Amino acid sequence: MAEIEVIDSSGLLTEEELNEFIRHAGHLEHPREMIIDILRTVQKNHGWVPDSGIELTARILGLTPLEVEEIATFYDKIFRHPVGRHVIHICDSICCWSRGGEELAAHLQQRLQIEFGQTTADGLFTLLPSCCLGGCGKAPGVMIGQTFYGELTPDKVDRLLAELSQEAQE
Amino acid sequence: MRDTPQLLFKNRRPGETVFMAGYRASGGYEALEKAFRQMSPAELRELVKASALRGRGGAGFPTGVKWTFFPADKPGPKYLVCNCDEMEPGTYKDGELLMADPHQLVEGMIVSAYALQTDVGYIFIRYAYEKQAENLRRAIAEARDAGYIGKDILGSGFDFELHVHGSAGRYILGEETALLNGLEGQRPNPRLKPPFPAVKGLFGRPTTVNNVETIANIPHIINGGAVWFKDLALTADGSGTKLFGLSGHLNRTECFELPVGIPLREVVETYGQGVWQGRKFKACLPGGASTPYLTPEHLDVALDFSTLEAVGSRFGTAGVTVFDDRTCMVAATLNLIRFFARESCGWCTPCRDGLSMVRWLLETIEGGRGRPEHLAMLKEQFHNISGTSFCALAEGAMGPLSGLLTHFEQEIVDHIEKGGCPFRS
Repeated sequence: MAEIEVIDSSGLLTEEELNEFIRHAGHLEHPREMIIDILRTVQKNHGWVPDSGIELTARILGLTPLEVEEIATFYDKIFRHPVGRHVIHICDSICCWSRGGEELAAHLQQRLQIEFGQTTADGLFTLLPSCCLGGCGKAPGVMIGQTFYGELTPDKVDRLLAELSQEAQE
Repeated sequence: MRDTPQLLFKNRRPGETVFMAGYRASGGYEALEKAFRQMSPAELRELVKASALRGRGGAGFPTGVKWTFFPADKPGPKYLVCNCDEMEPGTYKDGELLMADPHQLVEGMIVSAYALQTDVGYIFIRYAYEKQAENLRRAIAEARDAGYIGKDILGSGFDFELHVHGSAGRYILGEETALLNGLEGQRPNPRLKPPFPAVKGLFGRPTTVNNVETIANIPHIINGGAVWFKDLALTADGSGTKLFGLSGHLNRTECFELPVGIPLREVVETYGQGVWQGRKFKACLPGGASTPYLTPEHLDVALDFSTLEAVGSRFGTAGVTVFDDRTCMVAATLNLIRFFARESCGWCTPCRDGLSMVRWLLETIEGGRGRPEHLAMLKEQFHNISGTSFCALAEGAMGPLSGLLTHFEQEIVDHIEKGGCPFRS
């Protein structure tokens, strides 16, 4: 296992997180089971996972960056490019579709003036389509960060965006 | 409304989560105490087999039979893995259960691990269920403090550790061997079977993978007995209760615990309070996105595994998604196929290329550019993909396509003949 002093976490992980990951990896017979945990923590701190985050994860776990990269790029909730402060995942699965999901998606794109996959000019919002978010009984819904918002209408979405914009200014 | 015994939702209250004190007050951990003090692992396995519990993750394989494949007496590390990936559109029951009462799963994992003699368990949970993962971590900590997790549980000599493993959002992780690869930190492609996980699973060791609802039923079976559990179902072939997640064009879209074998009409009219906006029932997915449609002629069928198979559909996860009479079934199927095509891991050709082809065909037909030969091409793709893919993802995608071709072929023809979607104003 890599020695703690040779790893520079470059602010992607706190010193405490880095030490904990190294300690935990040392106790596991198969430390690579921690890949997603580390990538998610890097993303929580940094907003997305830069190349240095892939390299850091690899060093903690004794893997090559390529081995980490092929995992990171498989999952759609790991971001390998910069994203906005709030990532809006809008569910486009059948239950949301049946209750106005397409109209909601069109409204969000129009309101934010971006297409799917893009970030608003102020860097506040990124809009991504997502498969089922597990809120089928409260369709249509979106997930922002890891919070689910359901039973949405264009008006409710507008209020939600206004609240998040307001928070960002404070 | 039926006076159905509430097992899994016994402690459910709006906006609340029950933890140790509330769980104990409702009889929580009595099953664990009974199992560890009075029952052998083999007796527990026999009990589960006698209960006729079938896996609640969608496939419906008898849980007790699955457990008999597991080499409980083999020395060395063995694993119990709980599948809480739950990313099938229309299915949100496990999320509801963990929001209401996470200790049920924790207790179920401990007694199941004891029955299988595995000393490590993982609960593999999807990215979107962060709150549920927090609930589980708290419940596990409480169970550890109570002496139910750790070394020498209740003086039995049995040790057990339980971990929560978070994922990062891909549907293929619900396939049990892809889940095992994902848990190991490998790229989550499905594995070739055999060897089955019971022989060579997590980290190459014997592993059993069960769904959340399946495991959460185990303490209730221990408390109530196999005969009681089996008799909760309304049909002779069924067993137990089931969490039904209602969605789509219903007036009430909630999750209910109902007896296995309840008629579809009762689910739609009583619990869903009928089709919304005064419209008529046109079709439904009875058990999640991968199940063939049911139509009005099926409203009186019993919702259980064998009855639904007999009418060409599947019970699946009992996520009932209803469509009203203004729904274009070509468009609905296109939505479902887009989901499966996007979530394909790309490992095998029928799934990667076949689903893309089906998506293109449905987009072309729905977009008004369909030609008569496209119907034949759709049928050809259905036959090419069915039974040929590496895992069940593409097979599941063929569920709604099968329903479209069986019950709504005329809608496809209408799109082609009219050069557009007849349902769009």
